[in-house]
Amino acid sequence: MGEQIGNFCYILPAIVAILMVRVTYVFYWVGKPLQFSKYERVRTLIILGSGGHTAEMLSIVNVLQKDWFTPRFYVAAATDNMSLQKAQVLEEALVPQDETNSNKKLEVAKFMQIYRSREVGQSYITSIWTTLIAVMHALWLTIKIRPQVIICNGPGTCIPLCIAAFVFKIAGLRWSSIFYVESIARVRKLSLSGLLLYKLHMADQFYVQWPKLQRKYPRAQYVGCLM
Amino acid sequence: MEEEKKRTVFVTVGTTCFDALVKAVDSHQVKEELRRKGYTHLVIQMGRGSHIPSKFSGEDGSLAVDYFTFSPSIADYLRSASLIISHAGSGSIFETLRLGKPLIVVVNEDLMDNHQSELAEELADRKHLFYGSPRTLHDTIRAMSLESLLPYQPGNALPVAKLMNRFLGFPSG
Repeated sequence: MGEQIGNFCYILPAIVAILMVRVTYVFYWVGKPLQFSKYERVRTLIILGSGGHTAEMLSIVNVLQKDWFTPRFYVAAATDNMSLQKAQVLEEALVPQDETNSNKKLEVAKFMQIYRSREVGQSYITSIWTTLIAVMHALWLTIKIRPQVIICNGPGTCIPLCIAAFVFKIAGLRWSSIFYVESIARVRKLSLSGLLLYKLHMADQFYVQWPKLQRKYPRAQYVGCLM
Repeated sequence: MEEEKKRTVFVTVGTTCFDALVKAVDSHQVKEELRRKGYTHLVIQMGRGSHIPSKFSGEDGSLAVDYFTFSPSIADYLRSASLIISHAGSGSIFETLRLGKPLIVVVNEDLMDNHQSELAEELADRKHLFYGSPRTLHDTIRAMSLESLLPYQPGNALPVAKLMNRFLGFPSG
């Protein structure tokens, strides 16, 4: 018995130490550029935040080099039935007219839903519980998608998926690069999701659409207006 | 010939409930200011609000008023309007600006987290739109001069795509 406790006293600090080294290692590499070659493909997770967020996100998807960012996985909140429809319209327009082979289209784009971590107006206390459920669901989706690139622009829908992706990085299961684009509606202050990803150093690249925000958050990059 | 004289004001509250705005545009004060500015028709998209505006045919020379709750696409209404009065959602703001239509954005002061006023204020500072509250809407209409507005140059996502490519090591062209 005493021996077991003795062993435990060694093992626990060892595990904690290894974890801390790993976390430090991950934080060191977050934000460091990667070296994919132009012949490679990256599994891309695109998180649609509903309404204006979705419109901004689709304007980004529109100009992405589709041959590199493929396959593309679109995720929207379960309560949002418009966003995936809009993404589907965009993807269908990409399939050449003469190609009626619908199997090919299904291979490059997939559409999924996720539990919402926080409804508009929900209190911060109850949203801790709902966020936990959303994180479990997000872990499951991350296992299925195995993203290498995550593009998100808020609101709360993207947080559980970013947390899941970060857990995968620390576990060494999958390295993914997170790109966050703050919404055009944020001129002077970051949104809650934006602030979280910025402060926790979880986004590899953090983009803002107004110069005032860039001055306030120097690690962000100014990209001009999307709309 | 009739069409040439028709100048419509389109009011939109989006998917929200924004009774304060519907009440404001339905008030005598605001309708009078609009009529004085030469507008002939007022069409209100009232969303989930409970304040029902009063309809007028406008035959007696007053402003013709009509309303509806929702429409799958408000694009046609925006296109045929001469002036748009909108809630502060980024969707309808940029849809209107892209059409090059004069726009008054009215901020919902009842919302708790009112970050939306940031965007409207910034775009008003840059002279792309007028900005007010339900209480001061008639003053905004009276004081506005459409000539002072500057056209909005639509943005694009190319800088984002470029930076993403550079970060991932793809040729960023």
